[in-house]
Amino acid sequence: MFGGEDDMKVKSRDESLNTSGDLDGSNDLLTGNFPSGQKKRNIKQRFLKLLPCCHTESTPSIKKDSIEDDFEIATVCYRPDGLEKLLEQTKFSKAELQILYRGFKNECPTGVLNEESFKLIYSHFFPQGDSGMYAHFLFDAFDRHKNGAVRFEDFVTGLSIILRGTVTDRLCWAFSLYDLNKDGCITKEEMNDIMKSIYDMMGKCTYPCMKDSAPKDHVESFFRKMDRNNDGVVTMEEFLESCQKDEAIMESMHLFDHVI
Amino acid sequence: MAAGVAAWLPFARAAAIGWMPVANCPMPLAPRDHSKRQDELIVLNVSGRRFQTWRTTLDRYPDTLLGSTEKEFFYNEETKEYFFDRDPDAFRSVLNFYRTGKLHYPRYECISAYDEELAFFGIIPEIIGDCCYEEYKDRKRENAERLMDDQEENKDVKLPNMNFRETMWRAFENPHTSTMALVFYYVTGFFIAISVITNVVETVPCGSMPNQKDVPCGERYTVAFFCMDTACVMIFTVEYLMRLFAAPSRYRFMRSVMSIIDVVAILPYYIGLVMTNNEDVSGAFVTLRVFRVFRIFKFSRHSQGLRILGYTLKSCASELGFLLFSLTMAIIIFATVMFYAEKGSSSSKFTSIPASFWYTIVTMTTLGYGDMVPKTIAGKIFGSICSLSGVLVIALPVPVIVSNFSRIYHQNQRADKRRAQKKARLARIRIAKMGSSNAYLQSKRNGLINQLLDLTGSEGEELHRNKTSSLLESQHHHLLHCLEKTTTSCGRRSLVYFRLKGANGAHEFVDEQMYDQNCTENTLQSFPSRSPSLSSHGGFIGTCCSRRSRKNIPLPNSSMSTTHTHMHSQGLQELSAFDIQCLDHSGHSIRRSSLNLNPNEMSRLNNRGQQITTAIISLPSPSSDGYGHGPSNLPATISTTASSNIVKVSAL
Repeated sequence: MFGGEDDMKVKSRDESLNTSGDLDGSNDLLTGNFPSGQKKRNIKQRFLKLLPCCHTESTPSIKKDSIEDDFEIATVCYRPDGLEKLLEQTKFSKAELQILYRGFKNECPTGVLNEESFKLIYSHFFPQGDSGMYAHFLFDAFDRHKNGAVRFEDFVTGLSIILRGTVTDRLCWAFSLYDLNKDGCITKEEMNDIMKSIYDMMGKCTYPCMKDSAPKDHVESFFRKMDRNNDGVVTMEEFLESCQKDEAIMESMHLFDHVI
Repeated sequence: MAAGVAAWLPFARAAAIGWMPVANCPMPLAPRDHSKRQDELIVLNVSGRRFQTWRTTLDRYPDTLLGSTEKEFFYNEETKEYFFDRDPDAFRSVLNFYRTGKLHYPRYECISAYDEELAFFGIIPEIIGDCCYEEYKDRKRENAERLMDDQEENKDVKLPNMNFRETMWRAFENPHTSTMALVFYYVTGFFIAISVITNVVETVPCGSMPNQKDVPCGERYTVAFFCMDTACVMIFTVEYLMRLFAAPSRYRFMRSVMSIIDVVAILPYYIGLVMTNNEDVSGAFVTLRVFRVFRIFKFSRHSQGLRILGYTLKSCASELGFLLFSLTMAIIIFATVMFYAEKGSSSSKFTSIPASFWYTIVTMTTLGYGDMVPKTIAGKIFGSICSLSGVLVIALPVPVIVSNFSRIYHQNQRADKRRAQKKARLARIRIAKMGSSNAYLQSKRNGLINQLLDLTGSEGEELHRNKTSSLLESQHHHLLHCLEKTTTSCGRRSLVYFRLKGANGAHEFVDEQMYDQNCTENTLQSFPSRSPSLSSHGGFIGTCCSRRSRKNIPLPNSSMSTTHTHMHSQGLQELSAFDIQCLDHSGHSIRRSSLNLNPNEMSRLNNRGQQITTAIISLPSPSSDGYGHGPSNLPATISTTASSNIVKVSAL
């Protein structure tokens, strides 16, 4: 069940122009890039294919591509670390980990969660608005290794911090969510993006109507509260300090105690 | 919320941590999950096959049977599992729906069986995944068409209370229903043919007058043709007016295609009558005569193939439209090209682009009359490309039309076949239904006979108890008996009653033959005597025997459906009176008290002042259509008790 290996088994067939490769995680997992090198070659090969006079010895490879071109799915199968290791790393119990893994595996049979599926799942909970941007930020926050795919360990580690960590841990995690470029401080632009994404989730149909300047105003008030030294950025210390002083925020952190 | 992702709700809630630090107001309280149950495995026993799944899997879809508390109704305490008495194969797809969030339709499954399963488990079929949805919809549509065909055929059944207008309409729509309709059908067909032939022959040159060139027959024998035309138009007019009168919805009839064709067919004649022979209007008049050819479309009422063709063309309207459009495009392109290609050559027939249209059409349809041919080399090259592309463009939409026609044609074939099989099917269904009602009658009879035999002693021990009807049957019969009793008004008390007559307000189930007889024999059955003994009526046998089955009269209390009409029309054999020889009543004394102490069945019969009447059991001979297989063993067994007197016991 939970095999002990930690390697990524990429059982992919030939590379192809598969645009659905994104969804299936057939991206080159090492670089995270689309295998663009072969793209041009395939177009040329396809054109050559049309003309009957150009059946050269490259034909066999063309044929190999063309058969599996459109319907190929690169199967990536990733197994997480053993249950014991996860038990050490996170603060969940065994039963909780089992339930979490079952849900995770059900949605992502290949073992990794990519951004598209992530966005799709998250959008189910917010039917009225557009949660894509916020989901993107969340994905970046969960994806610690920055490889475009969230594995089960990342997923469960993040959840462990949020649901079972101390209030300080949670605040740190929230800070790392806001800090988009991970440079240790939140700038106004970053905050604007985050705020706009949150307001987007509300959608258009609100009462009273959302003003266009609402995100900006909210950012202003946030910075007024958090930015002690008024240098235009919020550092981790300022953030923690201001949050600990705010009763409401501390109270809200305890909402996460009993989610699972 | 899509329930498939319900498992991810904890994650979504955790992700809300991003909102907390920026929120200005305090957050609302979170709902607490008090029933902190660990997830457990549920066993679902579907007709013996056990499925197991987590409880949370089923809870994903709370508005279905398995996801809600409705499944508690199926919980079996002893085995601690949920038992469903359904098809385990179909249950597989249902359970997979919970597991994967996608509902699939298995191809081997019958569509209505599958629908029933879905309805049972509270799943709407609209959520079938895209992979299977098309197949599901196709099969559902096919099934619906089939059922619709069946229902349409039911309208052939003649309802007993149709007035003249409805009869006439039915005669028009289905000529097979009566002889008159058939005659009318053929007569109109004949006249349509005559009219069309007349129109054609009118224009044939008919031999020349000595000093003139050939004149068409129409001008030579004007009067004769005029008379023929008049006769045809009169028939058509009468037919149209009759249809208009008989139509259930006149407005809808007038808008229907056939009626428009009828009108267009006869209108030119009337217009011609009223118009004078002016020079200026005679041109228009001649044009009107062309419309007379529409009479040939009246044949579509007579020919199903024509109707199918028309229906096909209608249903392929989009393909035909596409064909037309692409042809037009190609014609314009090639006409332009040919025109400019041939512009240089002298004495070219391609004088303008519209003039080239004719060449292009003729070439693309590979007709090639040869009245316009290109002379330049460029013209010839483009002309050949034109003809090749014409073949392709026309060949593309044609298979679609052909397949549509084939589908509709086969559908019609199937409908005809079903119609032919329907009679046999209905007969079999009727027999089955008769069987069940006969079972009731027979069991009642058995019950009465058994009680009689009990009274009299040991005779005929072998008669009864051979038919141990199941509990279900006996309960059903009891129910029917109660119904009979309910519709009985309480009358005077009497002693031995085998039957209650309608004269006292009682109603009982009878079979049809009985009912027929009873209707005519009411008068014969008023017996003043109150004697407790059973009387014999020899005379009845005679009348019974001679009685044939008549047309079906709907029976008020009959448990049979009206579809047995056809049985009569199939010629049921003669009824033969069937006498139950039960007792030798001259010998024994029936003690009244003992009779009164009879089990409830008898006592229920004790209504006050009922006259003793008897009925005659009439059954068709078993060999006719396998009809009397139930009671057929009865004659053999009953007749073993030899008795001088014939006691007729009610066939109830």
